[in-house]
Amino acid sequence: MEALTYFALLLDATLRVSAPLVLAALAGLFSERAGVFDISLEGKMLVGAFAAGVAAHYAGSMWVGLGAAILVSVAFGLLHGFACITHRGNQIVSGLAINILAAGLTILLGVTFFRQGGRTPQLPTEARFTPITLPGAEALKDVPVLGALWSELISGHNILVYFAYAAVPLAAFVLYRTRFGLRLRAVGENPEAVDTAGLSVEGLRYQAVIICGVLCGIAGAYLSIAQSAGFIKDMTAGKGFIALAALIFGKWKPVPTLLACLLFGFLEATAARIQGAFDLTGASDAVRRAAEALPFVIEALPYILVVLLLAGFVGTATAPKAGGIPYVKER
Amino acid sequence: MSNPLPLWGGVGEGAGEFRLRRMVQDAPDLIPGVKHTPAQAALGEGVDVIPPAIELRHIDKRFGAVHANRDVSLAVQAGTIHGIVGENGAGKSTLMSILYGFYQADRGEVLIRGVKKTIARPVQAIAAGIGMVFQHFKLVEPFTVLENIVLGVEGGKLIARALAHARGELARLARDYALEVDPDAVVATLSVGLQQRVEILKALYRGAEILILDEPTSVLTPQEADHLFRILGALKRQGKTVILITHKLREIMAITDRVTVMRRGEVVAERETRATTQEELAELMVGRKVLLQVSKGAARPGAARPGAGRLAVEDLSVVDASGVERVKNVSFTVRAGEIVGIAGVAGNGQSELMEAIAGIRRAAKGTVRISGGAAHGNARDLRRQGLAHVPEDRRRMGLVTAFAAHESAILGYHDDPAFTGPILLDRRAIVAHCAAQMRDFDVRPPDPHLASESFSGGNQQKMVLAREIGRDPEVLLVGQPTRGVDIGAIEYIHRRLIALRDAGKAVLLISVELDEIMSLADRILVMFDGRIVGEVQADKADERLLGLMMAGIDPRTPREAA
Amino acid sequence: MTETRLPRWAGLVALPIVNILAALLLSGLLVAAIGADPWQALLVLLRGAFGYQEAIGFTLYYTTNFIFTGLAVAVAYHCGLFNIGGEGQATLGGLGVGLVCLYADALPFYLVLPLALIASTAFGAAWAVVPGILQARRGSHVVITTIMFNFIASTLMVYLLTHVLIRPGQMSPESREFLPHTFLPFAHQALAWLGIPFARSPLNLSFFLALLASVFVWGFVWHTRWGYELRVVGANPQAALYAGISPQRNIVLAMAISGALAGLLGVNEIMGVNHRLLLNFTAGYGFVGIAVSLMGRSHPVGIVLSSLLFGALYQGGAELAFEVPRVSREIVVVIQGLVILFAGALEFLFLPLLRPFVKAA
Repeated sequence: MEALTYFALLLDATLRVSAPLVLAALAGLFSERAGVFDISLEGKMLVGAFAAGVAAHYAGSMWVGLGAAILVSVAFGLLHGFACITHRGNQIVSGLAINILAAGLTILLGVTFFRQGGRTPQLPTEARFTPITLPGAEALKDVPVLGALWSELISGHNILVYFAYAAVPLAAFVLYRTRFGLRLRAVGENPEAVDTAGLSVEGLRYQAVIICGVLCGIAGAYLSIAQSAGFIKDMTAGKGFIALAALIFGKWKPVPTLLACLLFGFLEATAARIQGAFDLTGASDAVRRAAEALPFVIEALPYILVVLLLAGFVGTATAPKAGGIPYVKER
Repeated sequence: MSNPLPLWGGVGEGAGEFRLRRMVQDAPDLIPGVKHTPAQAALGEGVDVIPPAIELRHIDKRFGAVHANRDVSLAVQAGTIHGIVGENGAGKSTLMSILYGFYQADRGEVLIRGVKKTIARPVQAIAAGIGMVFQHFKLVEPFTVLENIVLGVEGGKLIARALAHARGELARLARDYALEVDPDAVVATLSVGLQQRVEILKALYRGAEILILDEPTSVLTPQEADHLFRILGALKRQGKTVILITHKLREIMAITDRVTVMRRGEVVAERETRATTQEELAELMVGRKVLLQVSKGAARPGAARPGAGRLAVEDLSVVDASGVERVKNVSFTVRAGEIVGIAGVAGNGQSELMEAIAGIRRAAKGTVRISGGAAHGNARDLRRQGLAHVPEDRRRMGLVTAFAAHESAILGYHDDPAFTGPILLDRRAIVAHCAAQMRDFDVRPPDPHLASESFSGGNQQKMVLAREIGRDPEVLLVGQPTRGVDIGAIEYIHRRLIALRDAGKAVLLISVELDEIMSLADRILVMFDGRIVGEVQADKADERLLGLMMAGIDPRTPREAA
Repeated sequence: MTETRLPRWAGLVALPIVNILAALLLSGLLVAAIGADPWQALLVLLRGAFGYQEAIGFTLYYTTNFIFTGLAVAVAYHCGLFNIGGEGQATLGGLGVGLVCLYADALPFYLVLPLALIASTAFGAAWAVVPGILQARRGSHVVITTIMFNFIASTLMVYLLTHVLIRPGQMSPESREFLPHTFLPFAHQALAWLGIPFARSPLNLSFFLALLASVFVWGFVWHTRWGYELRVVGANPQAALYAGISPQRNIVLAMAISGALAGLLGVNEIMGVNHRLLLNFTAGYGFVGIAVSLMGRSHPVGIVLSSLLFGALYQGGAELAFEVPRVSREIVVVIQGLVILFAGALEFLFLPLLRPFVKAA
């Protein structure tokens, strides 16, 4: 029973840890399926988190915080677009610049505004997204399995978590069933086809980076005003890159990307819990060493898995063909 | 050295003057190149009141220093197939790109069915009923045929209805025009011919009344080309207008009603197809008699050193990255002192064969011998064994366009002791070497420090030739030696190749230009579908024979006599 | 591509300068927005970077790191590769140096030094060669794999310093301090031996190593046949095959050299300054190396100059944060970001500004 509770808690944590990954990975999915590679998911999440922390503090409302996060993140997305779409700059370099700018600006402005070493002030509960108890969660609590699942695992998350998971089928629908999705996928594979069909390559790609900005902004807001009660410097701590890894691991498709996010979230939750979880009294030195190293291996596993995937050792990942290449009309 | 011949090559007397002429059919003997306007046509006989499907008036377009279209006027009658011929760079594609809204003409106007239209973007061309099938297809490869068809004309926010509608339309179009394609096939899995059909379907689905095809057969097998022509015939019977851009005269003669000849950005002639000949068109295209009979003596193969072939290819097969066998059990020899030409429609394995011999591609099986010894290793090792190679595409392979000319001049020979010590390159020697080659081959400007990309096509080709011939190789492989090269340089390059032959070297020539093969080669091998289908002595070759063989039929063997 | 064809002076000098000025201008506006005087900030920054001996020492110490990582990016770039794994490779290089200094300290300095050099370059190279091989043999995109290798390196280092190499009885994740005889001499020490007094600073002899590395890269890339081959592969892989040059071999070679150069950063930080293994000593130098290389047009001379610029920014920025409390140290990071943005991603934004002068020339 104890093991079962432990596992339930682990899954619960997985859902929470994975939520921002899902949002950021979907953000990357829209951008990259349109042919704009984006290593600045991290930076956009960071500025989003910062903007949310600041705005929620001043306005006393998480919704204002969320709006600010989206606006600022979209602005950085547009900067990426301006550099890569309009000016045909190198998408990796632009993404790198945005990551570095975000790291510097959030601290610089944070220190200027609040003088707390880059933190934003602690938010009161009213200015945060707090867990929601879903209908029937209390009543069904004691119903074995399904009831427990509903009340323990599904219920009790904040609204952004639900949004993140709802966004996956939504993204799949947009991508595969709508005119916009068809054009978006086309522009990421062969912009010439889109151009000769009389559509605007630049317009489509700008729409993609804006969607990317919106989702990164929500992911950032999740970190600072839902999961935590304020912004802390460098609070994304590589989540944007894990999301990127999940996107690649999910082969740029919504549902596999979701599964990759859940896997990586699960690994992170596990790594956080596993330390000191074993009783090592009487274990041999080698076992002790291995037990010590295990959390680190788990932590590095997402990165290792992506490398193995890209090397073709665990399936193949085919990136959108036009990704990373600025579109120049041929003569 | 400049082209001594006048630009107009003897047909230009009427160039400056306007003459009234009737729009259609009955004036094939008028002087070509005459500019006309429909206003004048209407003034003329007033018989022809149906406006042309497309009319271009005084189109002018420059790209920087390049005058791509000079005062081009052209009318295409509805329900006809109209050919536009011209060499590479004659301005055909630019003209069509203007028509499709990719470029804006600097001057001139476009009339569709007699109405003046502004076509600034492709969407306006599509709305005007113009469909374009590009030489390089504009398809989304991972998409299905249906998805490609509806892209841009989905007719609603969701695509389900559009896909269903397209499915019905496709069935109708397939019936009407012999355009069968599986609507649910993923485009990447289709053959080139089928992909082209998807492009045509795309245009028709958008309601195109006027279909422009840019070099449509350059990637097709002869059978696929035949099918394409049947489709075009069906389109014409249904009242569609077709513009066929090509440099293949055979196709013009086979399918078009009328033909416009372009040269150096200008319309130099317009002809009724049945009233002209390939020879006349060729002359008009090039501006003078084409069968450039390079003066050359009879080959004396093996005279210098008799015996086995200098280059011997035995049972060679090449499989490409996608697992398709591109070269199938090919065997032949090239003796010292002869030029052997390989003719064939592009894409029948010539390039792969060449690259395999040159050590760029790995052969699946078979052997190559150079001067009797088994050739092995990569391209650099083969160079040491006496094999030089002028590649088909100099910008993609023969040069590093970003490098200074002298750095490109040692490509493949950079580890020669003449250019490098044990560690450091001898820059001074390299520059001096390049300067000498530039003098020898009359490269202009003769500046070894200039970036390779700054030279014209002809001068780039001379630089590649200088590098490869300059090493006095025993065997030279040459691919498309005069593609995109101006006339003056063509002659020069041909003379150098003959001189090399006369010096007792073995030359293997691959070209899609039959004229070039026939005038240079001593023996001609014809390749079709990865095989060598036959061999012809150059003095016994003619276009008809080679053409049949290039289609996989050797009329001299009873097997395919029909 | 015609728009990029510029006279040499414009492409190599004028455009980068205009781009830096744009980045600095924007930073100045930011400083003003924060409520400080940008002009005064600039003066403080300049004085902090060059105003006195200690400042110069610090500036050159930072410059050293930037030269290593900038050269690393440049070598890979010449082979058509984008190595953004400088952080990880430098981390591993530092680990190599640290292991030598920890476990070979029975040896005299003149043996420790070459061992440390070998270890730093070998470890850095190894960390870059794996993505290189995967790119060459399996087509795995080196940008993504090197990012992943940065994270793997960082995780590895945390594990080692918290569980294996940590000094017993200590909480912070650091190794013990090395024995003094394994330290790389500081510049002020070396100068003192020559009888020249110089203020104390972290500047050490690895600065000369950086200059030597610059000369090496210059000679290798432009004046050896191996460098020639590497550049052919970078500029036109098809032409490489045509010339019998193996793209695969050169990709691996370029990544190896690139990683080795990044690894040398460890000599400066670990053996020259910190004298112990610790976390995060790479401090973003690997990433900024990309900016350095972009600014320096991937040429050693340009890289040394832009390293000096970034070194001055680092040191001057620290002084600025100290003297003008309204401005935090991160202004430097922002300026770096802006420089990368303008000099890299928006390289040709200001080209129209230069056009009139280009025409006149």
